[in-house]
Amino acid sequence: MTARPAGNVADYLTAFEDVRHELPGRRLGWLDTARAAAIGRFVQQGFPTLRDEDWKYTSLAALEAVRFDVRPARSGADLAARVAAWALPGSHLLVFVDGRYAPELSRPGRLPAGVELGSLAPQLAAGDETLAAQLAPYPPSSAVADLNLAFMADGAYLRLPPGARVKAPIHWLFVASEARLAVQPRNLVLAGAGSAAVIVEQHVAAADDSYFTNAVSDLVLDAGASLEHHKLQQESPHAFHLAGVNVAQAAGSRFVSGAYAFGGRLARTGIAVALQGEGASCTLDGLYVAGGRQHLDHHTRIEHRQPRCTSRELYKGVLGGAARAVFSGCVAVHPGAQESDARQANHNLLLSDAAEVDSKPQLDIRADDVQCSHGATVGQLDADQVFYLRTRGIAEAAARSLLTRAFALEIIDRVGVDVLQERLDQVLQAHLPRP
Amino acid sequence: MLEIHNLQVSVEGKPILKGLDLSVQAGEVHAIMGPNGSGKSTLAHVLAGRDGYQVTAGEVRYRGADLLALAAEERAREGVFLAFQYPVEIPGVANVYFLKAAVNALRRHRGQPELDAIDFLALVRAKLKAMAMDESLLYRPVNAGFSGGEKKRNEILQLALLEPALALLDESDSGLDIDALKVVAAGINALRNPERAIVLVTHYQRLLDHVVPDYVHVLADGRIVRSGGRELAAELERSGYAAVAEAGA
Repeated sequence: MTARPAGNVADYLTAFEDVRHELPGRRLGWLDTARAAAIGRFVQQGFPTLRDEDWKYTSLAALEAVRFDVRPARSGADLAARVAAWALPGSHLLVFVDGRYAPELSRPGRLPAGVELGSLAPQLAAGDETLAAQLAPYPPSSAVADLNLAFMADGAYLRLPPGARVKAPIHWLFVASEARLAVQPRNLVLAGAGSAAVIVEQHVAAADDSYFTNAVSDLVLDAGASLEHHKLQQESPHAFHLAGVNVAQAAGSRFVSGAYAFGGRLARTGIAVALQGEGASCTLDGLYVAGGRQHLDHHTRIEHRQPRCTSRELYKGVLGGAARAVFSGCVAVHPGAQESDARQANHNLLLSDAAEVDSKPQLDIRADDVQCSHGATVGQLDADQVFYLRTRGIAEAAARSLLTRAFALEIIDRVGVDVLQERLDQVLQAHLPRP
Repeated sequence: MLEIHNLQVSVEGKPILKGLDLSVQAGEVHAIMGPNGSGKSTLAHVLAGRDGYQVTAGEVRYRGADLLALAAEERAREGVFLAFQYPVEIPGVANVYFLKAAVNALRRHRGQPELDAIDFLALVRAKLKAMAMDESLLYRPVNAGFSGGEKKRNEILQLALLEPALALLDESDSGLDIDALKVVAAGINALRNPERAIVLVTHYQRLLDHVVPDYVHVLADGRIVRSGGRELAAELERSGYAAVAEAGA
């Protein structure tokens, strides 16, 4: 049996009816109902358009014009050698091929007692209704999230019991191997009180195909938990990539987010952090590097809901060719969230006249005893610096690369995981855009 | 080594150098002195290959070849070095990385094998010691947050590492206290040899008390108006530029 390709919005409904009975958790009333409601809302609303304030600079018209399959063909291509090269040394590795867990390629390794790390599909099938609040939140966050909810079939699942600390990074490797496929990964992390872990979510492509990734990750930090989530986006240059990362932080928890975007024809990552317990802190770092006609978009929203929370945000972008980037970062301080401390900055380096960036930092402050700052810059390479390097025998192209890399390294140097820092520098050097 | 004939240079249409002549042979140290606005820094930057200067007449021959036809990096590889009056800060690039990249760019050009990190560190440590520089300066970003004296010493460190045939030093004494001046002067003197030419561009005589030139030239309004031996520097110090320039006119 074959699912009909989904092209325009209505086709997604047909595709949903086609695969509905195959999705994990189909026998669970609450999940099946939530999926049906989600696809209904998606069909009614459609993909966001430029008229939506949050999508003012990012058009999904090209995405909407393509017809995608929703059921992976499972080509069975041998990816072992590729996966070995992508895997971060010493990590707990989970591999997902076209959105489905691939146990034969994974090596989760040994974990502290009580830590559950694996595929989300069995959790969906078991249908623990306590997960409903995370998996099918109401009200829904967006039409794109609804699309994920309707079709989500698998992804990574991590549950850390209180006090559990996982030292080595946990590597979720998402490999796209099939052209013309829409994949909707769903990841869930429940970090118990005082637990700690570092996650690297990496999206790569086996070939330069056109496909559509629509990923959602929910991260829940209990009191005093410490979690890092590094998202490395290296999709195919013809791929569409949409991702939502939703973070809920209890008192005294600490969260670090790294968003590193290099691939994709059109890619957007939205990160929403709710600081909902006193004294919670978060750091959001980001680096986007684009050339050609790539379009890379990052939207972040940090909610200071309780007193004495701290947020730090630094995003940097490097754009060459006719690439376009969007940064929109909102810090909202709720009434009563006194002694909030928030800093946000976005810096962009344009290497060509045709490259373009829309930077929109925003503060929405509804408390009086707060320290908040934000700033954004857009600039070019410094001609004096280029000349100085040239007078020391360094060729102009090499001088420009060296300075561009230095600009981006400020973000990579902040990564506390050595194997990831090295990997990011390699990926950066392979992606340094030409003017 | 360096022959400049009737060099005329404009910046944004405004003539700065108005027919400058200069001849420098290997082994010589020349001082070019002049008041602010006389064209000293323009001369240094034109010779190093900076954009934004229009050469409207004249020529510059370096070892017999047309220097002005070469890109800035080619001049450096052929042995021309400019010590900057205001060394450029490069946040994000470790000084040691920059110095190694520069040394290896020249070595590649000369057909020598590139130095690896260990060999380079051994080389740079010896030179650091001679410049009384702290090793921590290697691991800080290039010139960023350096004091004025540290920046100037970092320039002379590069001079010592790159061993150019022609060294142009633009106001290398400005902003230095007497101890730092002595270190910089000793660094320059250590590089004097029969194969190398050094051109000091300076406003004041005080560097010349420590690096004694073979020839002194007075630059005024875009031309060299007087040339002489080291005694000319002392005369400038006594009488001032106006009197000396007038005497030469």
